[in-house]
Amino acid sequence: MSLPETIPYVNWRWDDLVFLALAGVMLGGALMVVLSRNIIRSGLFMVLSFLGLAGIYALMGATLVAAAQVLVYIGAISVLILFAVMLTQSKDGPARLVFHHQAWAAAIASVVIGALFVMAILFTTWPLAVPAPIEQSAKEIATLIFTDNVFAFEVVSLLLLAAVVGGIYLARRDPGPDESTAGTLSGLSEEP
Amino acid sequence: MSHSLDAYLLLAAGLFSIGTFGFLAKRNAIAMLMSIELMLNAVVLAILAFGAFTPSLGAQGSVIALFVMAVAAAEVTVGLAIVIAIYRNRRTPLVDEYASMRE
Repeated sequence: MSLPETIPYVNWRWDDLVFLALAGVMLGGALMVVLSRNIIRSGLFMVLSFLGLAGIYALMGATLVAAAQVLVYIGAISVLILFAVMLTQSKDGPARLVFHHQAWAAAIASVVIGALFVMAILFTTWPLAVPAPIEQSAKEIATLIFTDNVFAFEVVSLLLLAAVVGGIYLARRDPGPDESTAGTLSGLSEEP
Repeated sequence: MSHSLDAYLLLAAGLFSIGTFGFLAKRNAIAMLMSIELMLNAVVLAILAFGAFTPSLGAQGSVIALFVMAVAAAEVTVGLAIVIAIYRNRRTPLVDEYASMRE
C-alpha cells in the first residue's frame, strides 16, 4: 500500500505534516523548559526539545548535523546539565519562586525580540534561496572540514581541551592544607 | 511549509525568544544555562537553514553548525563548572542570592 501524494482532505505534503509535528514538539519542549517549576523536569523537556530539533535538521537534509545533535546535545550536554542539577539540589526541595520578580519585563523583552525577528524575516526577500532544501552529504562536509576549515578544526579541538582542563580546575574541591598532603601521600603510596 | 526558508527562520526566531525569556526570568543558574542552550540551538537552526537553502554555500552551513556545537559544548562545560564552584561557597544555585558579587 502506497501513500497518496498529499494528505487527503487537507492537501498538504507529508513533509509539511512532519515539519509541523516536529516544530510543535520542539517549541512545546522549549516552552516547558522555561515554564516548568521543577528543574529536573526542565532538563528532561530540554532533551525532548533537542530531539525535535534533530528531526528538523534531518528533514532539512543536514543528516550529519542531526546525528551530531543527538550525540552531542542529548547524549552529552543534557546529561552534563542533569548531573549539575543533581549536584546543586538544595535540601529544601525545589525553590518556591522559580522566576524573578521582574519576570514580566523579561516576557516583554522576549516578545519584542521575537516580533522584531518575525518582521525582519517576513519583510526580507532572500534572492539566493532555492525552493527546496539541498541534501548535504557527510562526504562533502568532511572534505570541507579537513581542507578549507582545517585551521578552525584545530582551534576548536584546542578550545575543547582548554574547556575540559578549565572545567576540572574550576569544579575541583579545594583541598585543605593537611588534606592535600595526605591525598598526595596516599596517592603516591598507591602508585606502583 | 517544509520547503520554505521562512518557516525554518520563524521557528528559529520562536526558539530564540523562548530562550531569551528563560535566561532573563529564571532564578536558577542551571536553568539559565539551559536557556542559553536553547538560544544557541536557535542560532544553529538559522545557520543550517541558510546553508540548506543557498546552493552556492555548498555544505558550509553544516560545517559551521558543527563548529558551533563544539563551542557550545565547551561553553556549557565551563559554565556548569563555575556554577558548581559557586554552589560550593554559597550553598545555593539561585542567582539573586549571589548578591555579594555586586559589592
